[in-house]
Amino acid sequence: MSDIRAYPEAGTDVPPGQGVTDAPASPDVLIQNYTINFGPQHPAAHGVLRMVMELDGEIVERVDPHVGLLHRGTEKLIEYKTYLQALPYFDRLDYCSPLGMEHSYVLAIEKLLQLEVPLRAQYLRVLFAELTRICNHMLNIGSHVMDVGAMTPNLWLFEIREDCLNFFERASGARMHAAWFRPGGVHQDVPLKLLTDIGDWLDTRLPRLFEDAVSLFADNRIFKQRNVDVGVVSKEDALAWGFSGPMIRAAGIPWDIRKAQPYDVYDRMDFEVPVGTKGDCYDRIMVRIEEVRQSARIMKQCLNEMPEGPVASLDRKVVPPKRGEMKRSMEALIHHFKLYTEGFHVPAGDVYVATESPKGEFGVYLVSDGSNKPYRCKIRPTAFSHLQAMDFMMKGHMLADTTAILSAIDVVFGECDR
Amino acid sequence: MSDTSFTFPRFAPNDGVIEAATAALGARLIEARTCVGEIALHVERASLVETMRILRDELAYQQLMEIAGVDYPDRAERFEVVYCLLSVTKNHRIRVHVGTDEVQPVPSVTGLWPVAGWLEREVFDMYGVLFEGNADLRRILTDYGFRGHPQRKDFPLTGYVELRYSETHKRVVYEPVKLAQDFRSFEFMSPWEGADYILPGDEKVSPTEPGAPSPAPAKKDAEPVEAKAPPPTPKTTDTPAETGAGAAANAAAAKPRAAARPKAATSKDTGGKK
Repeated sequence: MSDIRAYPEAGTDVPPGQGVTDAPASPDVLIQNYTINFGPQHPAAHGVLRMVMELDGEIVERVDPHVGLLHRGTEKLIEYKTYLQALPYFDRLDYCSPLGMEHSYVLAIEKLLQLEVPLRAQYLRVLFAELTRICNHMLNIGSHVMDVGAMTPNLWLFEIREDCLNFFERASGARMHAAWFRPGGVHQDVPLKLLTDIGDWLDTRLPRLFEDAVSLFADNRIFKQRNVDVGVVSKEDALAWGFSGPMIRAAGIPWDIRKAQPYDVYDRMDFEVPVGTKGDCYDRIMVRIEEVRQSARIMKQCLNEMPEGPVASLDRKVVPPKRGEMKRSMEALIHHFKLYTEGFHVPAGDVYVATESPKGEFGVYLVSDGSNKPYRCKIRPTAFSHLQAMDFMMKGHMLADTTAILSAIDVVFGECDR
Repeated sequence: MSDTSFTFPRFAPNDGVIEAATAALGARLIEARTCVGEIALHVERASLVETMRILRDELAYQQLMEIAGVDYPDRAERFEVVYCLLSVTKNHRIRVHVGTDEVQPVPSVTGLWPVAGWLEREVFDMYGVLFEGNADLRRILTDYGFRGHPQRKDFPLTGYVELRYSETHKRVVYEPVKLAQDFRSFEFMSPWEGADYILPGDEKVSPTEPGAPSPAPAKKDAEPVEAKAPPPTPKTTDTPAETGAGAAANAAAAKPRAAARPKAATSKDTGGKK
């Protein structure tokens, strides 16, 4: 805070004619820090974020992010739903990468149940989790580029995102809120034509559109001026502030849960983990760009290796039977009825299962009391920790860097506020 | 190659982790347990910061990923605060559990991990657990001016207030929740597999006196099985004067209720109608 005062304090004697109203401002009298509100309605706030910022001129001294404007009580609602009914809430957390959210939840249930899942289901999950990653990064890279001033790449990248959403629709019937990963596998098998179309898309359309769009801004002078050396985070800070995902990798720590703690069939996949060198916003976006290429690589391997077989566990105490089976078998009918009314019971216990969602570590701490409803389902959002670090990342930066740093966090408030 | 396998994230094996933690923590560790391959350490609340420092610096759990609160209303210390730690060098996860209640504060670990600031704020907001040493223990997810701690098990799902834009006041107003229909809690647990409630319409099934027309066998010696009482209705008056009844009614109401319970006359009535 500056200790120079613009106006005389109340109560001090001001000679007539030299008061605030009519005295011309002398050059050495100036500025107090002032506080502004960023959001909650701001195009660069990526949702409903309110930040109370204390500025010294145009330099940010302190940021106090106020989150929770999109708090919908998801965790409370889940406690009142059966395990299967709670699944669609996860789509609505990070609505830019819905399947990534479901992934942690179904894995947590499968871990408590000690349920084995057919290989084809695991391949399908990995395939669509990576498609989700591409879909998510298209939105993030595009909006990041737009937040720092470029328009065209966003439009081109949304083309790819539209393709992804169409693939989701063909697999699950829904463009965004798929509810397609289920405890024990996936809900429905995909048509062969969808897989071949995804293969063609990976070979032709994705690389062409994506590399074109990236070439527009990756080496652009203005883009670099807005991102290089902005919001630098060291390795130590990244660990202490609970960073994960592209944020921790950009800081130089090669930590990827898909590699370190493989789930589903990630241990069979051959891919590389991009790592940043400086930990600034430019590194973060470059990490994401390389992740898109690696995701495409994983998807191709999935398509090549995917076996035939069931797409969900055949344990009828967890996974409902198919409709055709129900028409012929009384027992299947009973299972179907019981699973969609009472649901399945999960053995008592507690687990913390985290997966590498497109935005970082998305975890579910699930406590079961042995009944058909979760006793407690704590969701570990990625953006919560990253957003908390806004204050120290922003310190000393210009006001205009706020949007760059915020975009590079890749924050979505459905997930942050739950 | 089998065509099924387990799916959950596979981190480094737990071999020797509990032994190392026991040796390093000593008396601070109350209990170490393993649940489906995950290690949970229940530790003393008072020495939590030192415990966490040992786990971080000596056992290399560098990252605090999450702090979760859980409410167990039946316990003496109803809340449990769960810290999920991650070691990026050993590729291992561990959880630290601490018990507390509404008044006893948990030592804050913001001195070890700055990320704990918001995570503790969230537990405070949702459960009302106090964290000693957290300099910024404000609410975080709920509304400005919110009252209560919504994740507690005794907080209703619908909450207490709802807000709407009032055309007459030209602003957002808060009002008590009005439900267009009663809140319905669907309970689909099998009644013959451990559900502890009586199905609607089955209240008469439990015989209150031998010989009643009920499917249950009537036992003469055994205590009559009583239907579980419905949950107590919310108390709406605090003093006898508020009930509107006079002193005589108050005196009658103060008498023990056991004698006033009506006898089961249903068997005779229904028999007569038939």
